[in-house]
Amino acid sequence: MDARALAALAANPGCRRRALLDGAGVDKGALAQALGAPANFGQSQFAHQRGNSFEARVKADGGADLVRLLHERLRDGSEPSGPGAVATPDLTASGPQGRTARTALALREATEAGRWALLDHPMVSLDVAGSSAFLEPDAVVVHPDGSWTVIEIKSFPMVDGSADPAKVGAAARQSAVYTLALERVASMIGEPDEDGGGTTDPAGAAETAGKAARGPVRARVRHQVLLVCPKDFSNLPTAELVDVRKQLAVTRRQLDRLTRIEEIAAALPEGTTFDLRLTDDGRIPTRPVGELTAAVDAVDAAYAPECLSTCELAAHCRIRSRAAGRVEALGRGVRGELGGLTTVDAVLTAAMNGPADGAPTGDPAVDALRRAAALRAEALAARPEAVACR
Amino acid sequence: MIGADPAAAAAHPGRARADEPFDPSAAAARATAAILHDTLHGADRGVVVDSPPGAGKSTLVVRAARELAAAGRPLMVVAQTNAQVDDLVDRLATADPDLPVGRLHSSDPHPYDPVLDGHESVRTSAKIADLAGLDIVVSTAAKWAHIKHVEPWRHAIVDEAYQMRSDALLAVAGLFERALFVGDPGQLDPFSVVGADQWAGLSYDPSASAVTTLLAHNPRLPQHRLPVSWRLPASAAPLVSHAFYPYTPFRSGTGHRERQLSFGVASDGSGPDRVLDEAAASGWGLLELPARRTPRTDPEAVAAVAQVVRRLLDRGAVAVSERSDEPQPVAADRIAVGTAHRDQAAAVRAALAGLGVSGVTVDTANRLQGREFDVTVVLHPLSGRPDATAFHLETGRLCVLASRHRQACVVVCRAGVAELLDEHPSTEPVQLGVTVKFPDGWEANHAVLAHLSEHRVSWQP
Amino acid sequence: MSLITTLARMEAVREGRAQPLTTVRHRHLSPRPLAFVPLTTAGEAGAPLGALVGTDRDAPRLLIVAQPRDRDLRFAFLAELAEEIQPYLDSYADEVDLEERKETDPETGKKVPVQVELCADAPQLLVPSTAGVAFVRLLGRSMRFRRTAEQDPETPFPAPARVPLLGRWLTHYGERSRVPGSCLLLSLTELLSRHWATGQSNLEDQHLGSLLAWIDPPEGAPGAEAALRAESERDGDGLLRCPPAGPSTDPAFDNKLLAPAMSRYDAARTEASQGVAGGAARLRLAETELRGLIASQLRPTWDALWHGVDLLRSLPEGARVADRWKRDRWSYTGHRDRVRAGEPPQPKLDDAVTAAQKLAARETAQAQLDAHEALDDPLVMAGRRLAGEAFAGEVTDVEMAWSDAKVPRPRPLVTIRTEDRPHLAERVKLHRVTADGRAQSGEFAGLADLDGADGADEADGDHGADVVEGPGDTDGLGDTDALSHAHGPGRALVVRLTGGMGRGKEPEPGTVPEKGDLVCWTLFEHAPRGGPELPDVESTPWTHGGPPDAAAPAQGPQPDPMTEEDHL
Repeated sequence: MDARALAALAANPGCRRRALLDGAGVDKGALAQALGAPANFGQSQFAHQRGNSFEARVKADGGADLVRLLHERLRDGSEPSGPGAVATPDLTASGPQGRTARTALALREATEAGRWALLDHPMVSLDVAGSSAFLEPDAVVVHPDGSWTVIEIKSFPMVDGSADPAKVGAAARQSAVYTLALERVASMIGEPDEDGGGTTDPAGAAETAGKAARGPVRARVRHQVLLVCPKDFSNLPTAELVDVRKQLAVTRRQLDRLTRIEEIAAALPEGTTFDLRLTDDGRIPTRPVGELTAAVDAVDAAYAPECLSTCELAAHCRIRSRAAGRVEALGRGVRGELGGLTTVDAVLTAAMNGPADGAPTGDPAVDALRRAAALRAEALAARPEAVACR
Repeated sequence: MIGADPAAAAAHPGRARADEPFDPSAAAARATAAILHDTLHGADRGVVVDSPPGAGKSTLVVRAARELAAAGRPLMVVAQTNAQVDDLVDRLATADPDLPVGRLHSSDPHPYDPVLDGHESVRTSAKIADLAGLDIVVSTAAKWAHIKHVEPWRHAIVDEAYQMRSDALLAVAGLFERALFVGDPGQLDPFSVVGADQWAGLSYDPSASAVTTLLAHNPRLPQHRLPVSWRLPASAAPLVSHAFYPYTPFRSGTGHRERQLSFGVASDGSGPDRVLDEAAASGWGLLELPARRTPRTDPEAVAAVAQVVRRLLDRGAVAVSERSDEPQPVAADRIAVGTAHRDQAAAVRAALAGLGVSGVTVDTANRLQGREFDVTVVLHPLSGRPDATAFHLETGRLCVLASRHRQACVVVCRAGVAELLDEHPSTEPVQLGVTVKFPDGWEANHAVLAHLSEHRVSWQP
Repeated sequence: MSLITTLARMEAVREGRAQPLTTVRHRHLSPRPLAFVPLTTAGEAGAPLGALVGTDRDAPRLLIVAQPRDRDLRFAFLAELAEEIQPYLDSYADEVDLEERKETDPETGKKVPVQVELCADAPQLLVPSTAGVAFVRLLGRSMRFRRTAEQDPETPFPAPARVPLLGRWLTHYGERSRVPGSCLLLSLTELLSRHWATGQSNLEDQHLGSLLAWIDPPEGAPGAEAALRAESERDGDGLLRCPPAGPSTDPAFDNKLLAPAMSRYDAARTEASQGVAGGAARLRLAETELRGLIASQLRPTWDALWHGVDLLRSLPEGARVADRWKRDRWSYTGHRDRVRAGEPPQPKLDDAVTAAQKLAARETAQAQLDAHEALDDPLVMAGRRLAGEAFAGEVTDVEMAWSDAKVPRPRPLVTIRTEDRPHLAERVKLHRVTADGRAQSGEFAGLADLDGADGADEADGDHGADVVEGPGDTDGLGDTDALSHAHGPGRALVVRLTGGMGRGKEPEPGTVPEKGDLVCWTLFEHAPRGGPELPDVESTPWTHGGPPDAAAPAQGPQPDPMTEEDHL
């Protein structure tokens, strides 16, 4: 799982199907394809190219520009970095474990050096439900005071200081995953960050500066990440600090919950597997769709339309949810006033089959539905002419 | 793009040093003295006072207004609702029957509480000219906004400033030169029925709270807070402080023994009686009904709320407090029921009427803001819901419901809220430049729930 | 989502087609709207890829940017766009009505009536989706600060004439579209989903093709199936059969068709510029190919947009729609005047006063829209009745009464039997429209016994809208406990009439309802007032940063920085 996938867990934490498939590392895209309900996802190569070229442009000068942006946004009165003052340690190593170890070493050295450093595409790991996930932030900056800032470079624009809130939110959740992984590295380097929970940490830099001045340099991950985007309609970078304490709290909690995957798996029928039985060239699944569907259906989903943009399996779950007549297929919000009525049929039956005298049934949801149906019918009957859909 | 830094307020006076026993009266007096000093003698144009629930905000406003008036500095007072204005005028006139106070009101029929007509020194009018020369003139922000072409007042007090919207302050700020802003940051935020996202992150976002804008433009204004809640008992202050005011902790003005709730009639062993006993003993009670998805006006939960109130009255509850030497009966007017939605309140009223109970206040969180009772019974905003929404998770809503009581609070709720919270999708959009508000509603809900679960009485009605 | 809308969606599921949410059309539709269907280049802000634009559904103008990284080509696109849109916008500027308006005389400070021009009609822009509206704003923002060579001979990359001007107009239209109920710039998805409930979610309704499939499914296909096909059916090459309504493209289209065609275009262009034989011809060919490709993605959306317009036109227009359209005409006229007066482009950010004014205006517009829609449409009113914000019923008793004033005024008590459950408290203000269209006010005076005798003055203490409940002046009303029979099948409410009866001691004939009349009272006002006057920008108070910096350039904001290459 990458950071984006980990962050996406928060999109629907109540979905056991997703938790299990993600926790087990199943390729949901391939599974959806094999089930005959592929996701409408995809990335345009134009967007991909632009993302890469913007990142390259931002980092082109060895990080000086990034550190300048970060320093400007901090507004903490500290000295700006001089020319050539940003170290850019080499992080080359073989394999994810090797790169993770190399990153940890580079972070330690940069922290002890007490100067600005830019780690370009470091690698950090996070324990996800018992196995290691390797994550690669765009960059991490080490401050002279020994604190670290996650840098997230995105190619959507900041126009007049604001950006698409949904995209910023997604970037914040993704960065929170990196921040969490870095906190583990920091705790191994320096003394552990006892305020890691964030609720008593006002995200201020002043407190840190004081501590740093007193004792030996200690590693600390800042809970504000730097989001770097193109400015207005240009290709020049601009940046804003984004407070990710809330996203951190959520991510921590989601990761804790992921350990429950074993419980979910234990409840599955013996021998349940999501193996697609690919042909030898690894291209064509040979497992019968019916069998695969049964395996997927063995674990409950909590489908809602929001899934369509965050989960590869959503199109399949939508079909199943609609077939079962679940009210959530019309949106999470519709459930609020329906009480114990969970299917479209149940709702329509309750609404239409009222006693003639309109006496209360004792279930406020049913009473309100009958009232709604009566009012709706009355208004539609009073239409001046038969209009609407032909 | 600057926001109020909650940490700044934490460094202010009023916090007891660790090595001495906490003296609430002294701490409160120190804070009040500092506030009055800054208000009367400070050089800054504004002074901000954060007041947690029941910390004596109204007392402070009355005192500051009287001291300014006594110093020969007439002032205007801005409150947010007519009820708040009437209450303030009544308090001012009661505290000093000779003080000339003006009540500026709207031209609607019945524009103010007739109680004010009983005060000789209070003058009421819909025209500001009729109130010229009075020491103190009080009105709502909405009414003040229509006052034009007058000489600005040298002083103002803005009450409930956290519930005032930035644009409402913009409309009245030209009327005064300097002001004392008082309010409770933990209660419900102001809101707009139309989208205001395009201004999110701007220092003067018109849909933000007045205090947010004020401090964004004037970050060096003195900020104080009242450190002691005189309302909340020792059993409630730590939880409310921790869950809703993590950066500005406060304490209870009373000790664990000073408030006591007891009953003349012993428990009959039913759920409502057991939860009342639990609440009397510990200050909190959670009456947990079996998990079920229900409509908002869950008949069982509504009936349970009504039953708790009925039993509270039937069992002859009496309260001991520092206010009186003798135990006082907890009559209907000392009890409130709080809900999230109006239809829930209506259903509870009907259920209470069905049990022959009258005189108990039943209202939504919005309308319980600023009010105080001995015992409150709360229908948990998330009880029986299929999902949590931003409305139900709003920190201020739960904070208001959990901080209206002097003795005890009973929460009625379906089981399963913790799971509901865990399954809440966290995909909120993020606006650049907007200060993140803490505590988060989701975390505050978890904190309150964890505490309540220690006082749980499970009941199948 | 309100319960009545939820129910309509479920009916749509059962019926396999969308169900009406309204009985009339609540938005103005111009007889000659201009449709604009844009596409953008993935990943780059505000970089157009192509568009279909025009007022003739059968002959849209196709504009493309063959290579979006080329600024000259982008400018050429914008110039063509301006060539198409600007004359349309201007064509409404000169036909005017004269209106009387009160203005403050700068010398006396008094309000005096003046004659002002109001454009007789206004241009209307239609886009497929809300993302299209956002793109109009983005285009406006990216264009209005450009400088033409005429404005600034020194500017390194002069924009074609009309581009900055169109940017200002698009900005105005984009900003106006944030006002609830405004109709200068509309998206079809919003229009259609206001009038019909589909059997899918709001999120899925954002897809124009899918939404239309529910409202007007092809013969023999249930809506759900047709919608699913519109949303996700792909051809043998993996391309969507119904391309997205934009402005984003289908990534599969980008990767499989557009990118190779662009490479061919780039190669041919290089050849042509180097004078390679046949290069110019290949360039033309490559460009034609791109035009064809982009048109293939635009045309289905173009046709869908007009299909939606047809469906909407089949609904009769609501009675108060023209009133609101007049405000749009004022908005158009106001911008016309600002442009004519040579004012600079709209600033990048609103100042404190402007922001507050806009917010107040939009809140008033929202309240007005909500009231208008309910009064124009029994189906919308049904939703308000269900929500406890209105009640309808038959008058069962009328009792004359007068106020205690020195000159007594008529205050008749009207008893109405209703099955509705309004959120009433004593003295809550009530509003209705009389049969001849006049406004009448009243206040709740209590419940009556069903047998007709006056009952206790009791009511439950609720009023105001639910989620919008807030710290307003909603207090001071006596809260009493509900009557236990409040949940019975029907009840009688007593309303004291307080206005709309003329000026005399006796009510004018026909102004007081009679026994047997059907009446509908609302708890909401029908003509909500705007907020208070705000200070001038120059008098911005200290709490909001004080007056704007006098040193700031009076000519408006600086243009955006231009770099040699502005693509990523």
